[in-house]
Amino acid sequence: MSASLEKGINALKEQVDSSVAAFFSSCVHCGVCAEACLFYTETGAPETTPINKTEPLRRIWKSEYTLFGRIGKMLGLTKKVDDQFLTEWETLVYDNCTLCGRCSMVCPVGNDIALMIRKTREGMAAAGHAPEGLIGASKRAVTIGSPMGVKLPALEAQIRHVEKDTGLSVPVDVVGAEYMVLLSSMEIMNFPEFIGAVAKIFKKADVSWTISSEAFEATNSGIQIGVSDIAAELVQRIVDAAEKLQVKTVISPECGHAYMAIRWEGPNLVGKPFNFKVRHITEVLDEFRQNGRLKITGKESQRLTYHDPCQISRRGGVIEQPRNLINMFSDNFVEMPDTGKMNWCCGAGGGVSTNERADEVRLKVFQRKKDQLDEIKPDAIVSACSNCRIYLEEGLEEYNVDIPLMSLTETLAEHLAD
Amino acid sequence: MSEIEFLSWVRGPGFQIATIIFIAGVFIRIAEILLLGRKANLAEAKGSEMSSGLRTVLTRSVPDKATFQRSAYTFTAGYIFHLGLFVTIFFYAPHILMFKDVIGISWPSLPSPVVDAFTVVSIIALLVILAHRMSNTVLRFLTTGEDYLVWLVTFLPFITGYIAFHRMWLTSPTLIAMHILSVELLIIVLPFTKLMHSFTFVLSRWYGGAISGYRGVKS
Repeated sequence: MSASLEKGINALKEQVDSSVAAFFSSCVHCGVCAEACLFYTETGAPETTPINKTEPLRRIWKSEYTLFGRIGKMLGLTKKVDDQFLTEWETLVYDNCTLCGRCSMVCPVGNDIALMIRKTREGMAAAGHAPEGLIGASKRAVTIGSPMGVKLPALEAQIRHVEKDTGLSVPVDVVGAEYMVLLSSMEIMNFPEFIGAVAKIFKKADVSWTISSEAFEATNSGIQIGVSDIAAELVQRIVDAAEKLQVKTVISPECGHAYMAIRWEGPNLVGKPFNFKVRHITEVLDEFRQNGRLKITGKESQRLTYHDPCQISRRGGVIEQPRNLINMFSDNFVEMPDTGKMNWCCGAGGGVSTNERADEVRLKVFQRKKDQLDEIKPDAIVSACSNCRIYLEEGLEEYNVDIPLMSLTETLAEHLAD
Repeated sequence: MSEIEFLSWVRGPGFQIATIIFIAGVFIRIAEILLLGRKANLAEAKGSEMSSGLRTVLTRSVPDKATFQRSAYTFTAGYIFHLGLFVTIFFYAPHILMFKDVIGISWPSLPSPVVDAFTVVSIIALLVILAHRMSNTVLRFLTTGEDYLVWLVTFLPFITGYIAFHRMWLTSPTLIAMHILSVELLIIVLPFTKLMHSFTFVLSRWYGGAISGYRGVKS
């Protein structure tokens, strides 16, 4: 990617639409969004106020798309967007925001501030002001096919292990399968049990599924860094594979932003509706439950809670399904305070975990999650995002709290009746 | 210019100039938002944009409990002030006469002492809002010169209205002229500043609610 200030400004211009204009026109600087943001509540730094992070986009909107701003620009009165300014804003936009969208739920004038920050990133990246970690991940995603550099042989090796361990077959490139399952690199490398769990559940549910050798990676660094071209290319690979295998539904795995990328941004990135459905794994499993395809044995009696991954719950609309499933195998399920669409982020989403520069602040703001957990003191936490899971584990370890993390899909598979 | 001449200028040409700037300004601002347009969402919908948007236009008036607690000052003072603004503008008998004059319709008024009480409470709320803006770390960080200007032009009609009603210091025609002038200043400033939120909050809440509702989330 060759980046320049001019490209950045053009990218910001492209992001302005009637919703953005309405949002900026309505902001009254009330500061309510700050209190909804864990980067503010845990650091107390006023510059981390969500609406402040959108300042690059606001300046472009004001000077280019408002009559009075244009007059001001001619008179040299408007605030400029230059490299120095963008450098200043880079850490706010990338290190101090997970795009969790909690701010968008509380803004009294209804501004979708997370969307505005997501749009601001398009300009930052095009201007060359994205963090190294995300640039590297995006390059690997495009050239290798995975942000973590996981290639097909690595997946094949994991599949062989899983098949050996479980005695189940993991179908690859099966034309005409009903479901095509995507995986995150995180699952392939750190949680291959997920693949085994899917194989077990889908066999029991008696539905056909497959993994594509050409597009198995679910994550999308393009939407985290804010480069729509890259994001679209990564989505297109999945579209091509799904069409080639003629599947009815593509399943997004336990990964928050992957779901946002393929389910909600995907068709808009490639510019046409999909001719297949996209569902999160918990949506599919809940459908199996409703159709009586899941038989469960034994219940977890330990105190379980569910961590809503932001992009799946608040930003994705999958809120009830995970709870329906947990209640199948748990008789001691407790909600955290501020749950569901108002849950607090783990602090590692939106590319923050891929950006080493943000490690320190990420662990600092984890205090919010810890405080939330302290109120209910669960024995274990279930989540449906492997990124949340791994960084919740890291955060809890850092704060010397011993609460194990569980994958919803894997735990469900363990409780399937023979 | 005599007192009476001043009052009739403020009520006549002054009022007309201010109204024209107000209406043209608001029209331009709303048009330049809507004319930008928005791409259709190509993802398979989980909810209706229209009904979710309309829902949020209403529901976002009430914060959830935890959000309220975290910004209790802002919400409480904001609520009281907006309510006071609404009552004093629309339920004071002389104001209703003015509306009848301009737009031809009228409605029942509240007794003057009640409106007076709302005025006092609103003035207090506005002072609290100002003090909060100057003392809270986040608000001080976000605040620009425009925010103070907007506060001032909102405050002036309340204080001049209060003074005119109680006939303090000056003679009545001058007091009423000052009050009307302050309102003219307010509506002239409105389209050029964040006071536009009095119109655009419907749009921004609708967009926010529509974006969320499309994905099946009630916001």
